[in-house]
Amino acid sequence: MSSNTPRIKKPKKTCDICKSGKPVIKRPKTGQLVCKECFYFVFEEEIHQTIIQGNVFKENEKVAIGASGGKDSTVLAYVMNLLNKRHNYKLDLVLLSIDEGITGYRDDSLETVKRNARQYNLPLKIVSYKELYGWSMDEIVKEAGNKNNCTFCGVLRRQALDRGAVMLGAKHILTGHNADDIAETVLMNILRGDIPRLQRCTFITTGNDSMIKRSKPFKYTYEKEIVMYAHFKKLDYFSTECIYAPNAFRGNARVFLKDLEKVRSTAIMDIIYSGESYENQSNNNIPTSKVCERCGYMSSNKICKACVLLEGLNKGLPSLGIKKSKKARANPKVIKEGESKEIKVKNFQDLTKEENCKMEYVVEKSEKNNEMDIDENKKLMDSVNNMKRKLQNLD
Amino acid sequence: MGKNITLSFGGGMEILFNNTKEREIELPDSVVNIKDLIAYMKDELLQERPELFVLNDSVRPGIIVLINNADWEIEGGLEYELEDDDEITFISTLHGG
Ligand SMILES: [Zn+2]
Ligand SMILES: [Zn+2]
Repeated sequence: MSSNTPRIKKPKKTCDICKSGKPVIKRPKTGQLVCKECFYFVFEEEIHQTIIQGNVFKENEKVAIGASGGKDSTVLAYVMNLLNKRHNYKLDLVLLSIDEGITGYRDDSLETVKRNARQYNLPLKIVSYKELYGWSMDEIVKEAGNKNNCTFCGVLRRQALDRGAVMLGAKHILTGHNADDIAETVLMNILRGDIPRLQRCTFITTGNDSMIKRSKPFKYTYEKEIVMYAHFKKLDYFSTECIYAPNAFRGNARVFLKDLEKVRSTAIMDIIYSGESYENQSNNNIPTSKVCERCGYMSSNKICKACVLLEGLNKGLPSLGIKKSKKARANPKVIKEGESKEIKVKNFQDLTKEENCKMEYVVEKSEKNNEMDIDENKKLMDSVNNMKRKLQNLD
Repeated sequence: MGKNITLSFGGGMEILFNNTKEREIELPDSVVNIKDLIAYMKDELLQERPELFVLNDSVRPGIIVLINNADWEIEGGLEYELEDDDEITFISTLHGG
């Protein structure tokens, strides 16, 4: 403990990939110690491999990146923009954000997304619950109390993303779900006995037969690596917890998963693999062909969950969709004629691309831009080839 | 004489520590390794909700620790012996997607 005991110098560790750099991360997937340069390379190129093997994109496809300003979607936007240029996917990328209307939370995170749009020079579209449904999340919680709002917010957000994508003319949405999230979802589906979703939640792309499909390029990417990547690259992301009650069930699954990982380091990949390998014998698939009678959105019931919730809110009877708080029950809202702020939710099947879609950020396209892209692509490809050569010479 | 180290916080961890992103502290002699440091931070520096920071004598799972900007798992984790001028970073992975 005292300063006169000489410290025994530990032998310097070197990167397990290039054998020369100073390691900065122990990779959770492989246990390798990796230097910064090699970490960037394997992190980005593994995502590229996941995309190629999953056959995720078509050339010239317009793809909306669901952007919340949080770590996962910020890294997703950055990496997709990079890979699109480096590997010439020829994708028309656009950021799509949902404004749930949560003061002090979403308004701040949307500022992050607006900065990201400028930093990565990607167009940005924001759609709000208020404009789509007539209700902001703050108003919903005020009316309906604090219970279950994570679930309902999720129902509304899913639809809002699809509606935003249609407005943009995109048929494909990317989300930032990572390997940890997917393993959690597999566990939750097992605990709930939700067999159809058990396997489906591990698919890289879902909704191939619906109007808008969704993909998860981070399917095999660990949360730890996403956070480390954002940290080392100094990416600008927003990290504050939503002010409304979080989903306690997911929280429990997460803690359980972290405990499992301590005794079995491969737990996350193993659980995803279990979900992938599970074959649903009864072929009891989630019916996707049915649509909600009211709003035209995909639904397994006659009226979708969002419409049930909105009907309750509009009639001042939120218990139709959610449990009303004691306070709200004690002071039932009386809606007078003409006072209702009810708006007719547009039928999803009738939605079309908006020619003059209102954007938060627009990218000017010019001939010069094109030349710059080609230059940039060459530079990016060169760096990959250099890295590959460097690594091949090692063996 | 105690060692001087820098603590930095990210990913929402700063909320638990007076909303500071970075601070320098002088450690008492009793703080030798990271395990001691975590206990010290919990007792002396934490503003609120210790359960969001510690669990069973370590950081709560989901918090990444960096020692001089490298993964603490490379440097020996809880057993790493602190040196003068070390920078220790705590980043939460738990907030927001
Ligand atoms: Zn290396
Ligand atoms: Zn509906």
